[in-house]
Amino acid sequence: MNAITARLSSFRRHLDPAVITAFACILLLLFLGSLYSRNFLSPEYLLQQLKVASFLGIIATGMMLVILLGQIDLSLPWVVTVGAMMSSAAAGFGHTGAMLAIPFGIFCGVLIGLVNGFGVAYLRIPSMIITLATNAVAQGLMVVYTGGFSPQDSASPTMRYLATGFIIPSIPNSVLCWIIVGAAAVFLMNRTGFGRSIYGIGNRERAAYLSGINTRRIVLTVFGISGGLAAFGGVLLAGYASKAAQSMGDAYLLPAIAAVVLGGTSILGGRGSYLGTVAGVLLITLLQSILSVMQMPEFGRQIIYGLVIIMMLLLYGRESLSR
Amino acid sequence: MKQWRFWFVEHRGTLMALVIFVVMFLIYASNHPAGFGANMVQTASNKGVLLAFVAMAQSLVVITSGIDLSVGMVFTLTNCLASWLVVGSPAQVILGIIAVLAVGAVCGAINGCVVIYGRLQPIVATIATGAIYYGIALALRPFPGGTVNETIADALTGKLFNFIPASLVAMIAIVFVVWVPFSRSVAGRAAYAVGSSETAAYMSGVPIKRAKFFAYTLSGLLAGTGGLFLTFFTYTGEAAYASGNAYTLFSIASVVLGGVSLMGGKGSAIGAIFGALAFRTIGDLLFVFDFDPLWQPLFQGVVLLLAVSLSAFGLLRVRNRLDWFT
Repeated sequence: MNAITARLSSFRRHLDPAVITAFACILLLLFLGSLYSRNFLSPEYLLQQLKVASFLGIIATGMMLVILLGQIDLSLPWVVTVGAMMSSAAAGFGHTGAMLAIPFGIFCGVLIGLVNGFGVAYLRIPSMIITLATNAVAQGLMVVYTGGFSPQDSASPTMRYLATGFIIPSIPNSVLCWIIVGAAAVFLMNRTGFGRSIYGIGNRERAAYLSGINTRRIVLTVFGISGGLAAFGGVLLAGYASKAAQSMGDAYLLPAIAAVVLGGTSILGGRGSYLGTVAGVLLITLLQSILSVMQMPEFGRQIIYGLVIIMMLLLYGRESLSR
Repeated sequence: MKQWRFWFVEHRGTLMALVIFVVMFLIYASNHPAGFGANMVQTASNKGVLLAFVAMAQSLVVITSGIDLSVGMVFTLTNCLASWLVVGSPAQVILGIIAVLAVGAVCGAINGCVVIYGRLQPIVATIATGAIYYGIALALRPFPGGTVNETIADALTGKLFNFIPASLVAMIAIVFVVWVPFSRSVAGRAAYAVGSSETAAYMSGVPIKRAKFFAYTLSGLLAGTGGLFLTFFTYTGEAAYASGNAYTLFSIASVVLGGVSLMGGKGSAIGAIFGALAFRTIGDLLFVFDFDPLWQPLFQGVVLLLAVSLSAFGLLRVRNRLDWFT
């Protein structure tokens, strides 16, 4: 009994005001939505939202690790597309191709991520620039590969099953994927030396280096993981839409960054929890969904979307005045 | 002698960008099917000037060690606005141009206020304001369309004395009206100071807020000028998300090519202009060599990757490994 109360109080101490605010905003959104239509609280609708959120959630997990380092990964849009296109392409090569489709898509993403990581960690190029450049290269490769059109290859049955099927009744597989990825990320961040080093590097890379951490290898690995997760998100998206499309990843860069930051992770690195990222992902998915259910025209959606991000950041994302 | 060397070190980035641009442009011009001539220079200048405006806008903010991911959206917004306002009688056209530029400046000022008084990180704050600006652009032009006063559009995109591209002259004029006074003013010097060390600038009583506010506002103004010129070139307004995004990304690339440090405090808008012109020329190199246009994005990407990797040579000069982490 004592142990439980001790745990509870330590849990309360660790609660981040940002995470609480984000979850409060989710409840507020659900409440506002339920005033509009009762369907907003039905289990079907919520599960559907969870399913849509899982794609963003998996992609944002990689982005969060990179942001924890104090870096940023702008190559995400075309890594997502590369993951989708390459896995669909591999699926076209008969039985073995279909088997290797998912690993091959993820492998391509990891490769791009490693190029990013090498540039950032070993060549000391600012992450914003090198990821921008690899994004351009990935785009160029895909344009050459597809000839500028949407490719004809379609997703393999496994990919479709992973994105739309149900192993456990009524819980979509993509949500299971997110739970697995999320659990792995939480374990990595909180229970391993690798995770502690990520936080350390994000706080001050110089100090982390002086304490004997091989900071360059860790930065390289994290970018590889981020690329792999983005590509995995692309694989799932291809399975969901049953084919890949040009610039299908464009719609995920800003939401991924916004989700991570709204969840209380500092864009300067070194501070943030995965629970916050989950809250950010759910918040953004719900916001997009409610705006589209209310048949808000696209321009209104964009404006409200931007305003909400700024408002929430003004609530808790401000830097301290003292320097 | 000493003076000369200081000047050289200060402007090394800009000079590098100039050299890259001249070399690329010579290769481009000497292989151009139409040959080197006034028409070719005019086309190249019209294409380059658009990116140059956006890159200048980006460089002002980057000098204060911030970043503006909404420049492309301000560019799109002012393009849509200009397709409504810059029509009719000469007086209306002039009022329209002033209004468009003012809206650009206001967008920049909003960014500045959010960053200065909201104390948000520029990278996140401008992503959000960019979404808002794009939303407004979409409200103005849900479908591509609109028109612009063709007399002034042709005057500003044609040739002066049948020889000099007017857009280039306009850009140089803007440099003298906006950048030169800014870089020599207290706010401009303060912008460099803030960029190289905000703490030191604060301790020395440098007007930090004024510097940032001017940098962001002028950045919006320059992006707005770019949007205005886009309208002059295309005669229409279009709220194109992809093109706005591309301009934002290309502006960052141009700024880096132009020798402006993303850490802030180093480089100049002139360097950003040459960076932008060089970037555009590189992108067009493939056309003169008769390659399949499909290869253009890849080529542009690889050149960009190589260009940014060149900065890694600076590592060879590092004596103390701790200097890696700055």
